[in-house]
Amino acid sequence: MSKLPLTINHDENKLKLSSYITGFGLSILFTISAYLLVINHAASRTVLIGLVIVFAICQFISQSFLFLHLGQENKPRWRLTIFAFMLGVVIIIVFGSLWIMHNLKYRMTIPQEIRYMKSQDNL
Amino acid sequence: MEPIIAIPSAKSLKRQEKEEKNNKMLFGFWVYIMTDCVLFASLFATYAVLHNNVYNGPGGAQIFKLPYVLGETLLLLTSSFSCGLATISLQNRSKRKVISYFILTFILGLGFIVMELNEFHNLVLAHESWRRSGFLSAYFTLVGTHGLHVIVGLIWMAVMITRVSISGLTNNIVRRLKMLAIFWHFLDVIWIFIFTIVYLLGALHL
Amino acid sequence: MISYFANFWIGKLSIHQVPTNPITVGGIIIMVGLPLLIAAFLTYKKKWRWLYREWLTTMDAKKIGIMYIIVAFLMLLRGGSDAALIRVQQATSVGSSHGIISSSTFQQVFSAHGTIMIFFVAMGFMFGIINLILPVMLGSRDVAFPFMNSVSFWLFFGGMILVNLSLIIGQFSNAGWLAYPPLSELRYNPGVGIDYWIWSLQIAGIGSLMSGINFIVTILKHRCQGMTLMRMPMFAWSVLGSMSLVVFAFPILTVTLALLALDRTIGTHFFTAGGGGNMMMYVNLIWAWGHPEVYILVLPAFGIFSEVVSTFSQKRLFGYTSMVLAIWAIVLLSFTVWLHHFFTMGAGSNVNAFFGIMTMIIAVPTGVKLFNWIFTMYQGRIRLKNPMYWFLGFVVIFTIGGMAGVLMAIPPVDFQLHNSLFLVAHFHMMIVGGVLFGFFSGLLYWLPKILGFRLNERLGRYAFWCWIVGFLMAFVPLYILGMMGATRRLDHYQTSTGWHPLFVVAGIGVIIIAAGVAFQILQIIYSLITRHKLKDTTGDPWNGRTLEWSIPSPMPFYNFAILPTVNSRDPWWAKKYPKEEPGLQITNKEQPIYQDIVLPKNSSMGMLIAGFAFLFGFGAVWHIIWLVIAGLIGVIVSIIIRSTKEDTDYIIPAKEVERLDKQYRLEQGVQS
Repeated sequence: MSKLPLTINHDENKLKLSSYITGFGLSILFTISAYLLVINHAASRTVLIGLVIVFAICQFISQSFLFLHLGQENKPRWRLTIFAFMLGVVIIIVFGSLWIMHNLKYRMTIPQEIRYMKSQDNL
Repeated sequence: MEPIIAIPSAKSLKRQEKEEKNNKMLFGFWVYIMTDCVLFASLFATYAVLHNNVYNGPGGAQIFKLPYVLGETLLLLTSSFSCGLATISLQNRSKRKVISYFILTFILGLGFIVMELNEFHNLVLAHESWRRSGFLSAYFTLVGTHGLHVIVGLIWMAVMITRVSISGLTNNIVRRLKMLAIFWHFLDVIWIFIFTIVYLLGALHL
Repeated sequence: MISYFANFWIGKLSIHQVPTNPITVGGIIIMVGLPLLIAAFLTYKKKWRWLYREWLTTMDAKKIGIMYIIVAFLMLLRGGSDAALIRVQQATSVGSSHGIISSSTFQQVFSAHGTIMIFFVAMGFMFGIINLILPVMLGSRDVAFPFMNSVSFWLFFGGMILVNLSLIIGQFSNAGWLAYPPLSELRYNPGVGIDYWIWSLQIAGIGSLMSGINFIVTILKHRCQGMTLMRMPMFAWSVLGSMSLVVFAFPILTVTLALLALDRTIGTHFFTAGGGGNMMMYVNLIWAWGHPEVYILVLPAFGIFSEVVSTFSQKRLFGYTSMVLAIWAIVLLSFTVWLHHFFTMGAGSNVNAFFGIMTMIIAVPTGVKLFNWIFTMYQGRIRLKNPMYWFLGFVVIFTIGGMAGVLMAIPPVDFQLHNSLFLVAHFHMMIVGGVLFGFFSGLLYWLPKILGFRLNERLGRYAFWCWIVGFLMAFVPLYILGMMGATRRLDHYQTSTGWHPLFVVAGIGVIIIAAGVAFQILQIIYSLITRHKLKDTTGDPWNGRTLEWSIPSPMPFYNFAILPTVNSRDPWWAKKYPKEEPGLQITNKEQPIYQDIVLPKNSSMGMLIAGFAFLFGFGAVWHIIWLVIAGLIGVIVSIIIRSTKEDTDYIIPAKEVERLDKQYRLEQGVQS
């Protein structure tokens, strides 16, 4: 097999070591921060939940751009389009299901069961 | 009709055709990854709905050991980074470095799986398996599906490392390694959400 | 878990699992007899090698499409027989009579009817037609991933075999086409019926998902030179929309089926009664897939109508841009309506109201499309050929059914009509009137390109009239019955309900539909016999507008000897009548320069991978653990082996292409 030329794909040249190092660094930062906050119970429960979710989203964004190279393709940007579509579908399914199931749970659970679940600290 | 005269092998595809073929295959793989995201979203939705259905059994706060999970997370994260280093070596067409970095990625990924299997094993031994409650069913299935994907990735990686050692960095192999890298990074992205939603929020009694 | 695997080698299989009641045995005889007859015929004609080389191992999308269509048509006969059984039962099982089949058989019959019709008839016809026509329409030679295309088909075939195997040994699901828990859970259904249902759908579903990816990449990356997205035929747009839905909805089905399977095998508590399960989550998830699924089916049918209406009105499609926007509105909205399938499950009025309103909104883009077709016909030079009949029938039936749907979108109304025969009439009008009529129209329109001859018009008209009269007779009474309180899936009712006469009318309707099917079969056979009179001598029997009409019929295996370059919509029409659209003059650099053509080699790996998947499924159904493991390993090893194959393509040299092209055109009499 003859030696391949350095680029068979125009997209390739853009990969840089710095993007991976930055991505890795940011991910470590977000992961350990979230972990320390929870382990030490550093704030009220609601604030912690919010922060942890925000950190997750930040890490998600950084890994999408820095590891998965989202949006760095040539035009037309089909990968980005499909990714956005996927996010929309995921948000609808997850939050739609949560809304529906929460509503159903509230309305379709008999009072005795609610009392029992409350006593078990599970509701 | 007379038999068709054809050349039985197309190894000599022109460069532009190769590029187009690589391009569309990488794109098709990306579309598959998007479908896998929806698959995990459905599992997350199921977990979110069932995670308080503990049926008098243990909840997340009782069974999750956060320091241990942090260890798993760091292993997987580092393996995603070393996969990135492998991708850079791939760009530079350095066969030796590609193999080394993928072996490193493999070892870290394997470490992650061993830790996870250990976690599952301990739970099963304590009679807190997927049969115990809706919560545990959802937990084992969500985390287990991710783990299965990692195992598939490890098998793929082992096959590719062997291939590269034997045949070097051919066009097909380079393309497949790129797909493997996308797959591996995607698995770490999913883990971010598992770590946060299952473990961290579970520890917060959500 | 140990107790599940009763016998290590054969799991739960036993001779007692073979059915003995006469109707089922009759079905088995036909279903086993037909393949045996075909096998005998092939042996007699010594055509096994030909079958293997030309069809079973092919990578040609057109041939794969034909195989899909043949399987879908055979499954139509099976699903239709189930339908006839339902109708006969409901027309006769009143008062002291209990009809012709037992209650438990009836449950399996309607479950098989729904499952087969949706997953194997509708999906089969759809993928078949897309495979046949999409690549040619885009000016390309094949789909983006021909090998994966082959795997998709064989997975579909494997799922089909599994469903039909349930008739021969074991039983099928008795829980309807969607198998709600708790009925589908182990406690109430310990037999193999539900497992057959789960695994045949899971296997076929993976095939569908792969096809979704394949066709999206084909449309985005395989268009010929000059064909921008906004110059694509409307059918291609509708396929892009439908496949986007496939790609994002089918994973939900995969998960839901897997969770049910886990409940039934390893004792999880996703949907169980007790143990912390939530059965309502199953209903939620399955319909989050199920609603996009029906739009997956109907969008390509709409695309077919766009092609048919503009061709037979000899006028370009009205409102191209609004049609494209309507498709995407439907795609996006179809993810926001799924709760309307379970308004009565108990969610609050704000939840119900939201989904009710979204359901009403989604009717709007469909209406836009309907009006655009009518505006296309307006002041066109309409020719009433067979495909147009089916379009006109669609307009009538789909509108009635659609109105019924918008009615049920109102939650309080739905509380009266949910799971009544009114609902059954509504969705049959949508699926038969919309999807099936669309596919019939498309098949009649495009078959000349495959067969090289048109089908007999007169027999086609008889078939159409039988279908539409029979269909209206079979389903309009169901609206009335539904409003009188008749629920769906009833195998017996009291005389005092007063429903009997209407069921009899519906039964007669089914007989007329059967006559319609008979006419369709007759049409095919008669056209085959008289094909010399019906020969397509130009490759363009309908004076078409798009690229598939620019090549000879039957289509050459490489589609185009020279890949075309387009610079307008309806490129073939623009080429034939350049004076009509003066702005679209083509600067004619058309020296035919033949080039080497690269095509994929045949491969049996697709069959092999699907075969192992089938074995996995069969083992999973009957709890034969070694078979499950062997199937899984077989799939993985086959994939790895296939990936080691370095040269998967072959080349036809330019000179040979020239020779073939001249020969095809000589046989056809087509001008280049």
